[in-house]
Amino acid sequence: MVVFALLIINKAGGLVYNRTFAPGLQKLDSNDYLILAGTFHGIHAISRTISPAPRAPHPPGTRPPPTTGIETMDAGRFRLTCFQTPTGVKFLLFTSPEQPNAEAIIRRCYEMYGEMVMKNPFYSLEMPVRVEKFDRVLGGYLVRPG
Amino acid sequence: MPAATDDNTYGVQPPGLDFKDSNTIPLPPPKHFQPSLRYPSSRKTIYDRNLSRPSSTTSLASFAYIFNTIITYHHAKSGSVSEIETRLNRAGYPIGIKMLDLLLYRQSGKAVRPIRLLELLQFIHGALWRGLFGRAADALEQSTSKKNEYMIVDNEPVVNTYISIPREMSQLNCAAFVAGIIEGVCDAAAFGTEGVTAHWAEGDEMWPGKTIFLLKFQEKVIERDEAIKASVG
Repeated sequence: MVVFALLIINKAGGLVYNRTFAPGLQKLDSNDYLILAGTFHGIHAISRTISPAPRAPHPPGTRPPPTTGIETMDAGRFRLTCFQTPTGVKFLLFTSPEQPNAEAIIRRCYEMYGEMVMKNPFYSLEMPVRVEKFDRVLGGYLVRPG
Repeated sequence: MPAATDDNTYGVQPPGLDFKDSNTIPLPPPKHFQPSLRYPSSRKTIYDRNLSRPSSTTSLASFAYIFNTIITYHHAKSGSVSEIETRLNRAGYPIGIKMLDLLLYRQSGKAVRPIRLLELLQFIHGALWRGLFGRAADALEQSTSKKNEYMIVDNEPVVNTYISIPREMSQLNCAAFVAGIIEGVCDAAAFGTEGVTAHWAEGDEMWPGKTIFLLKFQEKVIERDEAIKASVG
C-alpha cells in the first residue's frame, strides 16, 4: 500500500503541482508531466460528455446534474484516483492498486490545498504552487518515515 | 472685500446674478448623512456589546481572509520588503493603542497601567498575547549587548498560520503587524520606542516559523526606569 504521486491540474489543464512520495519510481521529466496533465484534462472533459450510461433523472425544466467524468482508473501496477473540485481544479493521486481510502486521502490533500495554498497571500491563482507550508504538511501526511 | 464677491467665490448665487454669466460652479447640496456602520441581523453592533465581556474567540479562517487581503493590498502598494513591513506595522499600531486601554479596563480589580519597564514587558508577554492569541508568548529576553533592547519570542505566530513567504522575499515577516500592535501598546503606555520589528529566528528545526519581536526603547525611557529603581530602592 503506497501512495506514489500527487498531481494538481488547474481548470485550464495546466499542471500546477506534482510531487512523488515513494522511493524507486520511474523518473519522468517535467515535460512528460505536462503532457500527462494536459492529456488527462482533455480525456476527463470528454468522459464528462460522452457516456453510454443513461442520464440521471432530474425534474423537467431543470439542468441535468453535472457528470463527474473519470473518477478512478485501474492498471496492473497502479490506480489513478481523480477528484475534481467545484471550481474545476483536479487532484490526481497515483497509488498502488491495493491502497484503500484513496478518496479520503485525496480529500485531505484538497483540504491542505485549501488551507495552505488558497489562504496564502503570496499565491497567485492558476500559477504553479510553490508554497513551503503546503509542501511541509503534505510531506508530513504522505511521506513515510524511513 | 465686498460681500457679493465673497459669496461668489463660494458658489452661492448672489441675488440677481445668473450662473451662466459667472465663472463659479454651484456647490452640490450637502448629501444626506448615510452612516457607514453596518448592522448584523441581530441589530446588535460592536458598540452594543459590553466592554468588560471576557474576550470571545473569532474564526481563524475569517481572520486569515482579512489579513490576507491586508497583505495583498500593502504588497501591491509597496516596492520593497521593508516598505511592506512598515505598512503592516502602521496597520497594527492603532490596534495596540486601543488594546492597552481595553485590557486594563478588563483587568480584574484595580486597573494599573504598567509603570516599570519590566511590568510593561510582562504585560505584553502575558496579558496582551492572551488577549490577542489566547496564550502567552513563548519567551521574554533581554539583549546581552544593548541595555535598551528586549526580545519577545513567539514560536508560531497565529497571524502567520497560513502564510508562506516566497523565496525572493524571504526576509519578510508578516508578523510585522503584531510588531506594530506592540509598538502601539508601548507608546500608549508612554514607553517611547525607536521601533518594534519582527524577525525570523533562523535555524530552529522544531519551530520553522519562530519569530523574534525586537523592542528598541528610547534612551530616556531606560534612564527614567533606572531613576525610579534608584528612588524606590
